[in-house]
Amino acid sequence: MADITNQSLNDIIENIKTKKVSSTELTKAYVKNIESAKKLNAFVTTTFDQALDNAKQFDNKPNFDQLLPGIPLAVKDLFCTENTKTTAGSNILNNFIPSYESTVTKNLWDHGSFLLGKLNCDEFAMGSSNETSYYGNVINPVGDQLVPGGSSGGSSSALAADLTPATIGTDTGGSIRQPASFTGTVGLKPTYGLCSRWGIVAFASSLDQAGPMTKNIKDCAIMLEAMSGFDEKDSTSINKKKEQYSKNLKDNIKGLKIGIPKEYRVDNMPKEVDELWEKGKKILKDLGAQLIDISLPHTKYALPTYYIVAPAEASSNLARYDGVRYGYRSKQGKDLIEMYEKTRSEGFGDEVKRRILIGTYVLSSGYYDAYYLKAQKVRQLIKKDFDDSFKKIDAILTPSTPSSAFKIGEKTNDPVSMYLNDIFTVPVNLAGLPALSMPAGVDKQGHPLGLQLIGKALDEQKILNIGYAFEKNCGYKNEIKKWWS
Amino acid sequence: MSKEKFDYFIRGEKGKYEVVIGLEVHAQVLSKSKLFSGSSTKFGADPNNQVSLIDSAFPGMLPVINEECVKQAVRTGLGLNAKINNYSVFDRKNYFYADLPQGYQISQYKNPIVGEGKVLLEMPYGSKEIGIERLHLEQDAGKSIHDMDPSNTYVDLNRSGIALMEIVSKPDLRSPDEVNAYIKKLRSIMRYLGTCDGNMQEGSLRADVNVSVRKEGDTNFGTRCEIKNVNSIKFMQMAIEYEAARQVELIENGKKIDQETRLFDTKKNETRSMRSKEDAHDYRYFPDPDLLPLKLEQKLIDDLKKSLPELPDKKKERFVKEYGLNAYEANVLVSEKEISDYYEEVAKLSDKKLAATWMMGDLFAMLNDRGLDISKSPISAKHFAELVQAIKSGEISGRIAKEVFEIMVESGDNPKKIIESKGMKQQSDPKELEKMINEILSKNKDKVDQYKAGKEKLFGFFVGQVMKLSGGKANPQLTNEILKKLLKG
Repeated sequence: MADITNQSLNDIIENIKTKKVSSTELTKAYVKNIESAKKLNAFVTTTFDQALDNAKQFDNKPNFDQLLPGIPLAVKDLFCTENTKTTAGSNILNNFIPSYESTVTKNLWDHGSFLLGKLNCDEFAMGSSNETSYYGNVINPVGDQLVPGGSSGGSSSALAADLTPATIGTDTGGSIRQPASFTGTVGLKPTYGLCSRWGIVAFASSLDQAGPMTKNIKDCAIMLEAMSGFDEKDSTSINKKKEQYSKNLKDNIKGLKIGIPKEYRVDNMPKEVDELWEKGKKILKDLGAQLIDISLPHTKYALPTYYIVAPAEASSNLARYDGVRYGYRSKQGKDLIEMYEKTRSEGFGDEVKRRILIGTYVLSSGYYDAYYLKAQKVRQLIKKDFDDSFKKIDAILTPSTPSSAFKIGEKTNDPVSMYLNDIFTVPVNLAGLPALSMPAGVDKQGHPLGLQLIGKALDEQKILNIGYAFEKNCGYKNEIKKWWS
Repeated sequence: MSKEKFDYFIRGEKGKYEVVIGLEVHAQVLSKSKLFSGSSTKFGADPNNQVSLIDSAFPGMLPVINEECVKQAVRTGLGLNAKINNYSVFDRKNYFYADLPQGYQISQYKNPIVGEGKVLLEMPYGSKEIGIERLHLEQDAGKSIHDMDPSNTYVDLNRSGIALMEIVSKPDLRSPDEVNAYIKKLRSIMRYLGTCDGNMQEGSLRADVNVSVRKEGDTNFGTRCEIKNVNSIKFMQMAIEYEAARQVELIENGKKIDQETRLFDTKKNETRSMRSKEDAHDYRYFPDPDLLPLKLEQKLIDDLKKSLPELPDKKKERFVKEYGLNAYEANVLVSEKEISDYYEEVAKLSDKKLAATWMMGDLFAMLNDRGLDISKSPISAKHFAELVQAIKSGEISGRIAKEVFEIMVESGDNPKKIIESKGMKQQSDPKELEKMINEILSKNKDKVDQYKAGKEKLFGFFVGQVMKLSGGKANPQLTNEILKKLLKG
């Protein structure tokens, strides 16, 4: 049959179920793709032998009733995987092999899928371009000079290059949606608490959320259904009935009210982004949705708030990487303090150190009230903006990012301009809401651009439905030439 | 009991100084598993055998609150007559140390689970109320072992994550004796509640001691020093005495006291500076984002309140009322739940007042000599009650009772059997006694004459002779009565 790996997850599942392809054939096809795509540097670790074993086991005793029957999946290297090295893109975990499986990946395996490999990411998910990884840059399949976005850059790159049928990432300030936007793929950050954080290397606990990254909306619904669910091991997990997102997917959005926030039209935004937004509005309107202008007045404070809250939590979350019990330990150091200093100096990269320093600073006595406490108050105001708006609308439409994928090295020496990339995605994390980035078109260089749909808490089904309707009527297809193989 | 006057002052050359003490007691919560993980809390396991992935802070591990520990804290708060906060928050206290795997301790900072309360102390100079500032829940750290190897430190994480209650007193204590009484009272309340075993040897109860001094009559507090982690009442008392004297000496020499954290060296019996205020850690407290704020339903608090056992203060009142004990006796007998249980069992079967006297005398002395808890007493409450009854009924004298008691301790036999088999029954037949006394009087005519002539001291001699002749079994009260009667005649 034709190349199965460029099909959607949903089509692949159909092909498995109708026995047009076996799990082993499928897995071999991906192994072949991955081996010829080393230039992209999307993988930190591959688990081919184990994957082929799993595929064989599936083929010997197939269970087609599962959500992900015999599907090999590569996942971001921030998810702890039992007996498979988990690095979080950092030198400090270069030798770390967990004895446990994260809840989210376990959920995926319980639905019939298995691990294909671990995907590169920004170190501890801190970055917007995958350039902070200890394991090197990841290349965007869209162009050999382009970043794939971050922090789930290995995930977006692997997905867009057909190295995995679907994948998962984590999103603390846009780390799923921005890379999805940069690679012409779909990425969803669920409501905070929908997916368990247990077993995911923590960056900023009150913002981190795992979510699916897929080629289309249907796939996204399937993956979300498989990975989400209450977990008593995570105290912030939401205890609610599991949803059947894929079965309930509908493309009728007639009468839905879509909010258009005026604050998302920022200075210096490329014309194409604005045009794309207009295009998106028109499509939804033509489908019977009602567009409503809204205001989210505290949006402009979201980025500074995020860059206080996230580093504060990170500075504490990363304190455990001290060389004492696991991970990298410097051979230098004559006493405990020196061992700590050398281990952490050698183990962490610059961006991680920068954020630990910022976080330590904003929590320090004398600065706490002015920074951390104030940021928490602003966070409440940002959340309230959304709450107020959602009283009269069903979802919000915005651009996903202020630009398409930028060049490797373009922003590495200017952290603030790098941080500005998250300007549309960050407010959603601060408010704990679900948001979807869907491919919508290209800029004049032909680089993909995405639009973002933001929903009410736990309204994943609705934004998936809107995305589903949009996708059918958008007329955009992500065409990537396989220049690397 | 006569009331003494409070008199604990440090006497310097320039005057008397009052010592002001506040305690931060760390009490290990009695629970099967740790505060945020399912690991066992049992004492004495091999190093690092009770450590989960959470306790050792592996990547991606998350804390989940142990509900039983929360209930234990609420029970303790109720036992301290304290306000229970329906809303409390867990914070991270950040610092680096090898036995602190997370790099932070989960504690409660701004919003503790228990607010203000009070504890009542019975002192020789009257009762005194000690204010409780707050009680909060926190994780214990692991243990660094520095003396196993000359160049390495070993870390045991068995304790890491065990639930502690930090009970902070107001600076209401004024002497080592009050500290002793306070710790014992706290311990007693928590043992009654079953919220902390109070075992100081195993580290279940430790305290940071804040000490300052001020001239008698001053109303402002002096600069305080905190003595960290003292693990016995005796050491607390020694540390306070040393520290108060040190501070007075500084003041008298015109020097300033630096606010600092100090260590008590138990070998040298002195406190030493650990770190000054300038070097104090900046713990960078902030709410733990892995845990939601702890919200307690009023019903849960009310239910726990209803299910509380009778606590020492209430029991003491009842003992006074129900058993006719004086305040001192009641206080001693309620100090430990096991003691009060023993007493109540004895009191049910015998004379209540006499039972108290004998328990606090011979029984406690024996247990003390043997280093035994009352739960391990070689004399059961039932046997002890029989002994008390034998005394009360006049079957045996107090002196004989002491002998019976000794035999009971050794043999575990019941007192009836001992009294009968050894013929120790008291001679209480007036006719027999009269016969015996007449015999003695006729043998000692000269002394009888002297007595009648006014040498009344000889009365004791006659009693002695009766006891000698009866082998100590003559009923002393009856002997006295008959002797007096016959000597008059």
